[in-house]
This record gives sequence, structure tokens and C-alpha cells, in this order.
Amino acid sequence: MQDLSKERIAELQEIANRVRARVLISVHHAGAGHVGGPLSAADMLAALYFHILNIDPASPDWEERDRFILSKGHSTIALYATLAERGYFPIDELLTFDAIDSRLQGHPDMTKTPGIDMSSGSLGQGLSPGVGMALAARKLNKPFRTYVMIGDGESQEGQIWEAAFVAARYGLDNLTAILDYNGLQQFGWQKPGEHMLPPIENPKRKWSAFGWNTIEIDGHNIGEFILAVERAKNTQGTPTILIAHTIKGKGVSYMEDEYTWHSNVPSDEELEAALAELGQSRLLAALA
Amino acid sequence: MADKKAQRVAFGETLVELIDKNPNVVVLDGDLANSTKADYVASQRPENFFEMGIAEQNMMGVAAGMATAGLVPFISTFAAFAAKRDLDQVRIVVAQPGLHVIITGAYSGIKTGKTGKTHQSVQDITIFRAMPNMTVVVPADAVEVRKAMHALVDEIDGPAYLRLTRDPVETIFDAAYEFKIGKAVTLREGQDIALIGTGEQSIRCLKAADLLAEQGYSALVLHMPTIKPFDEQAVIAAARLTGRVVTAEDHTLIGGLGGAVAEVLGENHPVPMKRVGLQDVFGESAPNDDLMEKYALNPHHIAEAARKLLDSRK
Repeated sequence: MQDLSKERIAELQEIANRVRARVLISVHHAGAGHVGGPLSAADMLAALYFHILNIDPASPDWEERDRFILSKGHSTIALYATLAERGYFPIDELLTFDAIDSRLQGHPDMTKTPGIDMSSGSLGQGLSPGVGMALAARKLNKPFRTYVMIGDGESQEGQIWEAAFVAARYGLDNLTAILDYNGLQQFGWQKPGEHMLPPIENPKRKWSAFGWNTIEIDGHNIGEFILAVERAKNTQGTPTILIAHTIKGKGVSYMEDEYTWHSNVPSDEELEAALAELGQSRLLAALA
Repeated sequence: MADKKAQRVAFGETLVELIDKNPNVVVLDGDLANSTKADYVASQRPENFFEMGIAEQNMMGVAAGMATAGLVPFISTFAAFAAKRDLDQVRIVVAQPGLHVIITGAYSGIKTGKTGKTHQSVQDITIFRAMPNMTVVVPADAVEVRKAMHALVDEIDGPAYLRLTRDPVETIFDAAYEFKIGKAVTLREGQDIALIGTGEQSIRCLKAADLLAEQGYSALVLHMPTIKPFDEQAVIAAARLTGRVVTAEDHTLIGGLGGAVAEVLGENHPVPMKRVGLQDVFGESAPNDDLMEKYALNPHHIAEAARKLLDSRK
């Protein structure tokens, strides 16, 4: 990993905002897709793919590579934008998102997209293959690490906790989970006139009870995130979960903390305003 | 027919044999190893045994992750749970990605050791054959179980479902038997009617053929150890030759072997047909013999179905 200078963090932040802009452009172009979740995950995805993961975009199937699973598969457009930025496929291909015959499916397909390590999209399923990859690394004496990003909404699925139990029982310290704790889901526990209930309460206590090392961080603070991943790497005997407090729709004021932007398509005017806020208007100009 | 041996015993023995041949073969157990006989691996090759507890959804996902990293995982649980408890996981992380995970469903059918409707599995063939990319194998005896397991490790690189039974069963194949994925096996030649079976029911088809021979009829017996890919040509040839077909399976009549045969013949060579199997009902807990008689799965039931077709064509 490169040194974590202020300049480096600013560079990663700029990449994250480009990813955000490309998410919005792609969804606008496709006329469908999710935006709130991709925006909450963008900072961490940029940090993972440009700073943390030991990967080679020229060899997406390299056996020794670190693995990443996006369990909250509906946020996949953020992962596609990150992979494109990283050079796994041409940036222009993002405009084929959700189109017929596209390699960029509405939910991740490991058989189609270079750089996708596991198909996902039916929620709650991503941590288990991560456990399998971590067990395989141990069995085959391979040094790679496995990262799984889960959502707080999908933490309502029982399988997440089946996987949590088994990962701790096997002491998988080569496995790191990242909870994108943005506090919203598609609809959730609505209470008219009141703030709705978060998808899951007190995740730190729950994961600790399951035997995991837990680290709470601000998921939009790239420096803090990278240092927490380092701490996870240095933790022995237990898996680690980073409980990353995030804001759904982060970076675009009118989308932030609004569950209605879980999946919604920005209008031409909304897209223009969003890109201006992200400092990425030139990406829109480049399309014209 | 030679001595009896349980399919699950062959399963446990063959797992150890496969691990010795390929150290990347591993077994994931859903807390049933001493029933399924995956415990042979736990005691003899513990490095290749992964207890996953009573949590089938996670087990399926773990196997998928292992397969992406170069291991060859066998899932070991009861057929009832393999086909239902983790079915969405099969769909999302095993079948669609086409990963080489071998799902073994022990204690299939209704002969599950007095456990009844929860543990009997009579829809698993239908479920797994409807899943794209899936190979579905249903062996008749212990010899075929062993041969099939080798083939599923060596000859394919995608997902498979292997349907196994609990109790000792006659051995009909000898050590020289060659199992080929997707190939039907003619167990007996005949001209008057074709009895098409899968799994242990193929052995009962042989016994039904004996009953029919006593009555003066010559029955062809065709064994379908692979339900997917399905040997359509063998089924069409048997129908052409005999003009009448009875199917036999320890499984629901909806979408299983009988369904597969009807699909093929309906489009290619329609002939009068009867299906012997579970009549869209749940089972119950009882001794095997009582179950087989009540749910009409015995050789004489197969022979009676054949007689109805033979008599109507006289």
C-alpha cells in the first residue's frame, strides 16, 4: 500500500466523486437503477480498488488476488464505475448498463463482468461465499484476503448471521466484512410523521456477540477507512467487521438520507445539479 | 443380483478415495455426517472436512466461494434440505455462476428411516432439473454411486446434484461397469414394453420385468442414471421399439423422470404411457415396506401399470 498522505487521500476522494458521477450518468442513461446505496458505498469502493486490494486489472482471474464481494448487489453500478476507473473495462461501457447483451447486468454476474468475484443480488448471500474464499485461502496456503461489503437492510436476512457464526467459529482473520450502515432500506419500518426505524440497531453489539472484532468508522472518511482495514489485517484469530457509518445518497444534497432515492432516476436537470455538486460537470460535458 | 450395500456407505468410502486422488476435494456437512456417512471423511481425512452446522443457506454459499478458489466441494445433507432450504443460494451463487459444487442429497425419496414428511424428498428431481447449468444424477446401486462421484469430479466443471438413498440396496452393476454422464443404460432387452426407471426404482423395474416374463411378456428395462442432461435418444429408441412405456421413480409424478420422459416422447414419438411414482401427496413416517406398498412403488405396481398398457393394446 502507498503512504497515506493528504494528497493521496484527496486523490482517492476525487476518484470516489468520479465514481458517484458515473453512477448517476449511467443510471440516467439506462433509465433505471439504484443510486442511494451506490453513493453511500463509493468512498469505500474507491479506497478498496485504488489503495487496499492486491489486484491486477489486466489479470482479473489472477489466483492470488484479494477478493471482493458486493453482497448488497443492487449497488453494483458503483462497483462497475470503480472497476472501469481502475481499468478493468472501458469507461464507455458503463453506458451499456442494463442494456440487452451487456456485460454490466443490473445485479453482479461473475460470468460476464471482468473483476466481479461473485454473483449477487438476492440479498443476504454475499458473506457466505466470502467465508468459503477465506477457508479456501487457508486450506490452499494462499495469502489473499477476502472483503465482503454488506448492507444494513440485508442484515435482516438470517443467512448473514449463519455466515457470521461460522466465520467466527473458524477464526477467519483473513476475512473482513464492511457494513455500509446508511440507515435506510427500500421501504422499511415507516412511521408517518416520525423518523423511520433503521434496518438494524446496534450492529456493533450484535457482531461482537457473534465473536467478531468490530471497528466503527465514518465510511466517508477515506483515511479512517484505510487505517481500519489495516487494523483488521493485523487482527489475529477472529474476523473483523468495519461498521461504516454512511449516508445514503452521499454527495448529492437532494438525495442524502432520502429513502426515495434508493432506486430512482434523476431528470436531466437533477443530473446536471448533482454533477455540479460533485465537481464533475466536465464528465457530463464530455458526453455531449 | 449380488449382495446389498447402502448408497450412503459407497458415498462415504468414495469421498475418501476422491480426496486421496485430488486433495482439493472437500466435504461440507450440515450436521448429518453420521447419517450421510460423510463422517468417514471427518475421521479419516479431517483436513478436508468442514462442519457447517445446521445452516444450509450459508453452507451452499461457502461451497460456492470455495469453488471459485480452486476447491471441489461436496455439499452433504439430506435431499429434503438440499433441494429446498438453500434453493435460492443454489440459484444465485452456484447454478447461475456455473460453479463446480456437487450437491449430494442423502435420504432421498420416501424411504428415510421412519422420519416422515419433513425428511422425505420427493420433489428434488423436478427442482434441480429446472435449474440451468445443473447436472442431475440418480444412481441405482452402490457401484454406480462410486462411478458417478468420480465422473462428477473429473468430467464436469459445473454444478451437479447427486441423489442418494439411505438403506442397503441390491448391487446390479459389477466393477467393470462404465458410467457416463448423460448416458442411459439398457439393463434388459425386450420388445413388448419399456420400463424406464431412475435410481433404485430401476432395480424394481428389473423385478417387474421378471413378473411380466412370468406372464409371457418381454419387457425392456432402461435405467436413466442421469436426469440432466437427459438421454433423449435412448428414450425415443425404447419407445419406438416397444410402443409402450412405463416410468418408475421414488419421487413425485410432477416434473420428475416421468415428466422428462413424457416431454421427450410427446414431442418426438408419442406412445401410450403410465408413470409410477408419488401421486402429488406428502408422505408419512412408517417402515419402508409399508410405505412402498401404500404409495404403490413396488415391482408389482410397476408390472400392473405395464399390464394395463399391454391389455389395452391387445
